[in-house]
Amino acid sequence: MFHSLGKYLLLLRLSFRKPEKFSVYWAEVMREMVSIGIGSLGIIAIISLFIGAATTIQVAFQLSSPLVSMSIAGKIARDSTILEFSPTISALVLAGRVGSSIASQIGTMRVTEQIDALEIMGVNAPGYLISPKIIASMTMIPLLVIVSITLGLTGGYLACVFSGDITPGDYIAGVRDGFDGLTVQVALVKAIVFGFLISSICAYQGFYTSGGALEVGQSSTKGVVYSCVMILFADLVITRIML
Amino acid sequence: MIEIKDIHKTFGENDVLRGISASFQPGKNNLIIGGSGSGKTTLLKCIVGLHEPTKGDVFFAGENFTDMNFEQRVPIRTHIGMLFQNSALFDSMTVEENIMFPLNLFTKKTQAEKLERANFCLERVNLEGKNKLYPAELSGGMKKRVGIARAISMQPKYLFVDEPNSGLDPKTSILIDDLINELTEEYQMTTVIVTHDMNSVMGIGEHIIFLHNGEKWWEGSNKEIAKTDNKELNDFVFASKFMQAAKSKL
Repeated sequence: MFHSLGKYLLLLRLSFRKPEKFSVYWAEVMREMVSIGIGSLGIIAIISLFIGAATTIQVAFQLSSPLVSMSIAGKIARDSTILEFSPTISALVLAGRVGSSIASQIGTMRVTEQIDALEIMGVNAPGYLISPKIIASMTMIPLLVIVSITLGLTGGYLACVFSGDITPGDYIAGVRDGFDGLTVQVALVKAIVFGFLISSICAYQGFYTSGGALEVGQSSTKGVVYSCVMILFADLVITRIML
Repeated sequence: MIEIKDIHKTFGENDVLRGISASFQPGKNNLIIGGSGSGKTTLLKCIVGLHEPTKGDVFFAGENFTDMNFEQRVPIRTHIGMLFQNSALFDSMTVEENIMFPLNLFTKKTQAEKLERANFCLERVNLEGKNKLYPAELSGGMKKRVGIARAISMQPKYLFVDEPNSGLDPKTSILIDDLINELTEEYQMTTVIVTHDMNSVMGIGEHIIFLHNGEKWWEGSNKEIAKTDNKELNDFVFASKFMQAAKSKL
């Protein structure tokens, strides 16, 4: 375990060595941003809408008491969406979509000698392959989380409109009531940390792949599993520290 | 010139290379031959720095490459071109982008100059007009030729070639050999080729090193190979009946 941790830290250090040519790396960062950000927008939109709607309906169901104002449901749904569902569920989904893609892409490059080809040319392979992915993930995943929060709350509103469990007016009043900006800060810190964990862990697994197609698949699976575990652990730590 | 001195490479308990020394001259095709598992590719990887030798040194034009760190190696690496066994073209890039990749990173040429160089390299390997194709759209022989075009894009002093004929039909194999031979003469490169293809050995083997069980077993040229009484080399080179018949006519 310590050996792997050491290798991971050394790889990270190599990844952030001075680039051979900044413009080439910048182009790579932009390409990764499009791939991670735009490429994941669809899945994030779908899960956020449905989770937002389902959360609102479930909270309304649990609060079906004449003693509790139904606007509380909007408030609970808002805080749950901002603090937990949007950053953490999105990150877990992105670990599957983005993480597996990073691990399998780098792993395939390793087993087909493309990484060797980079090294022969004098290119710092970890820097060229990994740092743009980490930068793009740490930039785009927070933006995706903001989109997810917006759509999650929209999903809750739509659930109110179509299910009639709470009136849309009560939901909006609850969403507006006692809003604390700290919750958004917590969500963004989580998103940045999760972005780093997904990209760096999956890149590490891909970079040290050896063998063939089977091992590339195994690296991808390991990358996703380890990322998910670390996301949940980091979620707990950040929540404990910031709230 | 490339010089290797007393190269050893060990993986765990396994001694893959045991004290190999040799020198490779510019303008010549230097072939490293040997059976499967003899250490040919490991030796090539030790020379280019993809593996660090357990013991021994590699010198490029008198400079000790083994002692250098990553940054110190970069100026030498920009003079190295390598064709990999499976070509190792970047899947996400077109043919043109593959060839221009080292130019983008290590030169200050304008886009037009880089494009001109890429077109020249493609013409040189008879692939003009294939600029916009992706590696997945190319045949095995075309991939090798794009690999060569990429390897020569920086006008290297040293060309390393790993199994250039693997997976190719005999006619394409000979085309690739001829191309490597022409380029070596034209640019006076020090070319090191790892192969176990006997057509290559007999066709372009100006300087041959035969490895057996991780040791240098024989050194000479293709002209000398038929006359050698080295048993392991004879067993290797003249393993097929066709080669035995050819030897008897020499």
